[in-house]
Amino acid sequence: MVLEAGDTAFVLICTAMVMLMTPALGLFYGGMVRNKNIISMIALSFISLAIVTIQWVTIGYTLSFGHDIGGFIGGLDYIGLKGVGMDGDGIPDMLFMAFQLVFAAIALAILTSGVAERIKLSSFIVFGLLWTTLVYDPLAHWAWGGGWAESMGALDFAGGTVVHISSGFGALALSLVIGKRIGFGKYSMEPENITITLLGGALLWFGWFAFNAGSALAADGLAANAFVVTMISAASGALTWMGASWIKGKPSSLGMISGAIAGLVAITPACGFVGPLESIIIGGSAGILCYGTLLFRIHKKFDESLDAWAIHGVGGLFGALATGVFAVAAIGGVDGLIYGNVGQFIIQGIDAFVAVGYSFVMTYILAKIIDKTIGLRVTEEEEYVGLDVAQHGESMEL
Amino acid sequence: MKKITAIIRPEKLETVKEDLAEKGFNAMTIFNVKGRGEQKGICLQFRGKRNVIDMIPKIQIDIVVKNDEVEAVIQTITQAARTGKIGDGKIFVSPVEMVVAIRTEESIAE
Repeated sequence: MVLEAGDTAFVLICTAMVMLMTPALGLFYGGMVRNKNIISMIALSFISLAIVTIQWVTIGYTLSFGHDIGGFIGGLDYIGLKGVGMDGDGIPDMLFMAFQLVFAAIALAILTSGVAERIKLSSFIVFGLLWTTLVYDPLAHWAWGGGWAESMGALDFAGGTVVHISSGFGALALSLVIGKRIGFGKYSMEPENITITLLGGALLWFGWFAFNAGSALAADGLAANAFVVTMISAASGALTWMGASWIKGKPSSLGMISGAIAGLVAITPACGFVGPLESIIIGGSAGILCYGTLLFRIHKKFDESLDAWAIHGVGGLFGALATGVFAVAAIGGVDGLIYGNVGQFIIQGIDAFVAVGYSFVMTYILAKIIDKTIGLRVTEEEEYVGLDVAQHGESMEL
Repeated sequence: MKKITAIIRPEKLETVKEDLAEKGFNAMTIFNVKGRGEQKGICLQFRGKRNVIDMIPKIQIDIVVKNDEVEAVIQTITQAARTGKIGDGKIFVSPVEMVVAIRTEESIAE
């Protein structure tokens, strides 16, 4: 139990950088909605951060990282941060807790994609508390807190399964319960402020270095590897998505930045297990796969409005499987499918698909309960005038 | 010649534009405007507290056409922009004395 000054300094800075990703996601999403909902969209991310902070320090952290109960959930050892102190192994326990907190926060913020422009704020707060407690915390425990997935040997370096599969498939379930926006498919709902989306995307890309490299929890070579493959995968995703959309029309900047995010999502579980060349393949494939998923989503007329499912859900699922394919023992100590380790690929598949099923079904149930009791959605008139005025009494337009 | 000024719902602009183009009316000027009708905006009820949004965003379309085309334009716009609910907008028709094309200096007056 010796603290390392270098590691502690590094993880402190990473925690602050990952915190920035949640408001950044708000900007990323905010630019994609109509002007009457832009404040609401950005505010939902800040609100997610605030809700999860309080939930995490009271109950969330202990449910995720308390002593293992049946492989499913953590015990109440650390309730209210009891026993989480300034000492620790390498970095202070307090810092580890804070680093994990900012991950939990962004997961809830990603979910807001599925309810954009129509969610009732009060219901979102109640739903968010339930979701982070009953969906995110168990998943974090499975992967990192000594749960069944970790015992089985599933690899998730920085949260591809825990953060991205849970929120991506959750967003899809949530969008199915809340229903389509009024006029979806009938009226144009084009993004109204792409510059804000690009700014948000830039900040996400920047924060992702901390998200992935910081997950090494030490300032070491593995962190450097994670940092480099993160950069490469983002660039590859940006180029392939842009290329694929170029074939169909103009290469939009929105497509380019979406591809970068897809590449970042896909490398998240893999960044401590694969090298630079593998990350080109992972990021590049994710760009095309997520773009295809988005086209499928539009074709099927799902109003998962800002494509958290296509990018985070499917990108995360692909990343989890790709980790099982491309892992190199020289980097993370485990070989993947291409080096003959079939077992690891199967483990990755089980872990990922259980997470898909659990997060989709649980989110669907929670959303249904909230919808039947206090109602998830604003009234038709409130939706028409926009959530900025209806929910916050503020507006970009007046 | 007449100037037709239509105040419509912003989300109906695409449909109105397409339908007008189909009938051969391509030229137009549009404005983002705000306004209200006899109902004085939209009133939202929030736990008994009234929250009035009194100026609602709309789109204004200005089109200048020959006298015998007015009917067709009005019909196209009303059909494309109607939802049947309060707030569908209004159309105003006014006379135009003369139109001058800046590039050619050609003027039309009738």
